[in-house]
Amino acid sequence: MRSKYEIFKIGIKDVAPHLLSVFPFGIIFGAIGIELGFSPLFTYATSLIIFGGASQIVFLQLLSGGASSLIAIASVGVINSRHFLYGAVLSEYLQKLSLIKKLFISYFIVDQGFAVSNQYFKKNPIEKSNHYHLIGSGIILWFIWQVSTIMGIYLGSIVPEELGLKFAIPLTFIAIIVNELRKLDHVFVMIISGLAATFFYNAPFKTYIIISPLIGLFAAMIINKFKK
Amino acid sequence: MTWTSIFIAGILTYFTRMSMVTLIRKEMISDNLRKILNYVPSVVFPSIIFPGVLLDDFGAFVTISDPKIFGAITALVIGFFTRNVILTIVSGLSSYWIVIFVF
Repeated sequence: MRSKYEIFKIGIKDVAPHLLSVFPFGIIFGAIGIELGFSPLFTYATSLIIFGGASQIVFLQLLSGGASSLIAIASVGVINSRHFLYGAVLSEYLQKLSLIKKLFISYFIVDQGFAVSNQYFKKNPIEKSNHYHLIGSGIILWFIWQVSTIMGIYLGSIVPEELGLKFAIPLTFIAIIVNELRKLDHVFVMIISGLAATFFYNAPFKTYIIISPLIGLFAAMIINKFKK
Repeated sequence: MTWTSIFIAGILTYFTRMSMVTLIRKEMISDNLRKILNYVPSVVFPSIIFPGVLLDDFGAFVTISDPKIFGAITALVIGFFTRNVILTIVSGLSSYWIVIFVF
């Protein structure tokens, strides 16, 4: 049996490669906040309080563009609604924890952490301290996000825009899903959700981020009916 | 006013993270639902990848010769065969840069 600390470290190790894209993205975000005319404190506060990369950018862009706060808040909610799906998947593995621990861990549920910890939970036998994997991956992502935001705020655009490092985000997600490309049903579902997202991209409030996964899950449901 | 909106956005985001973790009990998840939940990564991440690669900053389609398309295909192929996250990201980025800076 692995100790809590060992599992915590595995969590850090598993998510570490993804920091390659999270780190520059944080710097880019910090720089964007200042460029849009927000104070360093205000820009940083979104990283601490909202803690959701893409949603923070949209939030600041909308506010600086003169949109009402209601629209900015609604967009953050929609973009981050994908966490409902992550929570539903993780609930099974976290259910034995106390409410306090669940509330603590929840703050750290983000894309890359969810992805690597979910893989760990699926591959490894159920152990009492498995949730330390999620704490490990979540805390290091959180830490790097905070540090890189602050760097971006103060160093500004040290990352030249020509490098197009925003592209690292789709790449980090490609790295997450490549393992599933060996399963035909998953490939099919991926293409459906991806095309749906491209099609609905211009729908109001960034709703494509939640509409397309739901369309994909519906397709998965139909596929599973036929598999039986 | 804007400070209030950060806090509301933060609380809303935290709610999206904690609600399912705290509310769902094991009995509520049937075998069928569990099978469907298995697909969550396969439906969420492509929903971010596809527009990120196929569309530009203004939501219009990029051309077939766009460096992002070349980078994404390279990352997919390298990722598929190596199953290595660093190689996937690095190969995708460097092939993207080669198209931008060399050609």
